[in-house]
Amino acid sequence: MLSVWRKLTPQERRDARTGYLALSPWMAGFVVFYAFPIIATIYFSFNEWTLAEPPIWVGLDNYARMFTRDPLFVSSLRATSSFVAISLPLKLVLGLMLALLLNLKIPGMNAFRTIFFIPAVISGVAVSLMWIWFLNPDTGVVNTLLSYFGIRGPLWFWDLHWALPSVAIMSIWKVGGAAIIYLAGLQNIPAHLYEAAKIDGANRWKSFWRITLPLLTPTLFFQLIIELIDAFKIFTEAYVITKGGPLKTTYFFLYYFYEEAFRNANMGYASALALFLLVVILSATIFVNYTSRKWVFYEN
Amino acid sequence: MRIDPSRLSASEQLLRSTRQRRARKLLGHAIVYAVMVALACIFMLPIFWMASTSLKLPRELMAWPPEWITSNPQWGNYAEAFSKYPLARYMLNSAILVIANIIGALLSVPVIAYGFARFNFPFKNVLFILMLSMMMVPGHIKLIPLYVLYLRLDLIDTYWPLILPAYTGSPFFIFLMTQFMRTIPRELDDAARIDGAGNWGILYRIIIPLCRPALTVVVVFTFLWTWNDFLEPIIFLRDYESFPISVGLAFFQGRYSVEWHLFMGATLVSILPILIVYFFAQRHLIGGLASIGIKG
Repeated sequence: MLSVWRKLTPQERRDARTGYLALSPWMAGFVVFYAFPIIATIYFSFNEWTLAEPPIWVGLDNYARMFTRDPLFVSSLRATSSFVAISLPLKLVLGLMLALLLNLKIPGMNAFRTIFFIPAVISGVAVSLMWIWFLNPDTGVVNTLLSYFGIRGPLWFWDLHWALPSVAIMSIWKVGGAAIIYLAGLQNIPAHLYEAAKIDGANRWKSFWRITLPLLTPTLFFQLIIELIDAFKIFTEAYVITKGGPLKTTYFFLYYFYEEAFRNANMGYASALALFLLVVILSATIFVNYTSRKWVFYEN
Repeated sequence: MRIDPSRLSASEQLLRSTRQRRARKLLGHAIVYAVMVALACIFMLPIFWMASTSLKLPRELMAWPPEWITSNPQWGNYAEAFSKYPLARYMLNSAILVIANIIGALLSVPVIAYGFARFNFPFKNVLFILMLSMMMVPGHIKLIPLYVLYLRLDLIDTYWPLILPAYTGSPFFIFLMTQFMRTIPRELDDAARIDGAGNWGILYRIIIPLCRPALTVVVVFTFLWTWNDFLEPIIFLRDYESFPISVGLAFFQGRYSVEWHLFMGATLVSILPILIVYFFAQRHLIGGLASIGIKG
């Protein structure tokens, strides 16, 4: 490091000093809010620790418990992956369809954009409270509408089979957030490509599959990663609406982590859970990134 | 009278086909509008239902069939909600957190971005990539160590845990601001330097005034994220008087039998600041989101 510094001219050294000075808030933040917590979590995960007494080193015990004899670990992992499997593909596809609609060159489209984006800016708590009432089995809007057709609607959040899908439906209500990012991608596709395709006799359907979709893959890729990380972190909805029920069907992984750490004060075991979720999210991201070479289209 | 098309003149035929095309275009627009309006109605139903419920009498809540719009709106429900729940207090708490976070972001982000955008130093690229990769680290991993740290420092149940991180700059904002500053021509810096401005003079007198669009994105997103934050406040705060609005609402829903007409009013009030900021800043907000989509 010192040898690098010696090679600099006095002017370069002055520049470097200013640069480091400018970065110093972030470097302090990196140490306190990123490096320290990540290293500490790894260390805690090898301990048993309830805060009342000093931590006791237990080696890999927490991991052994997690993988071999913790039914809640298994069920919370299943709940989270089911949620990801339902909501992620729907959000990606419906978001794209909505973006295609919003991209039509028709006067007044801005007003629609504003409307569809509203659910994405409201807090998770407000959305949850709104939906508890919206999906009320007796007098909620959905079951009232269903009753007009003579259908008895399910108990939604309070139904063993419908609780998880209900949370997924609620998250799909926020699809406008995805649509806005797709829309930016769509507007970046040069119009002359469509004109050229039209001259060559391509219809709209064909130009969607041959032009729009390939050129949109970078946006799709970005969206997939963002939504994936977000879906794994589902928490607020379960905390506010279902408390993990009925029968732990919406007891998501992060909720389990929260209760282990901050209700039961099992800091060691909760750290192991937190690390596991980090590894899952990172490997999913790396996997998507790896496959992206096969399907993401980059110009040049 | 029937017209044989072959007997029409060429100009008449042309007129006819443009008329047909225009009619088809109008029809297309009408169909699209119909679809969009239907979709928009479906999307707005939960919000409409919340607003409609907030004006009902308690006995109308469980009436069947439910009334879509109540015939005698109870505007007094809102006053009752404010007196029953400490809504004003919670919103004030949220506002304090929002302002403190915005100040933190405005103080830290431009300075850090200036370092990345304008100066060369050893390991700059490594540090930049390190910063970007921190965007991928999910926040939950930090919670236990930070909780223990704040416990030791006696900062639990204060606002510091919810404010301090903003003063070290969020990676997303730093990235956005660095990219923006790189588009500002360096000739402006050089001209100011000839006029005798130092490094910080250039930042505060030349560059920051030109960064207004990026700064607006920082302010708007900080507002939304701080106002909506839930997980960190429920961990770092205990005294229910200090709760921000998101936590306060969840707290009341969890502990008392909910009077839904008052509660829907409270929820509506809690999202009003968000909606107002959103309507005024949506151009910047959408632009900011779009920029991550494109450059990310």
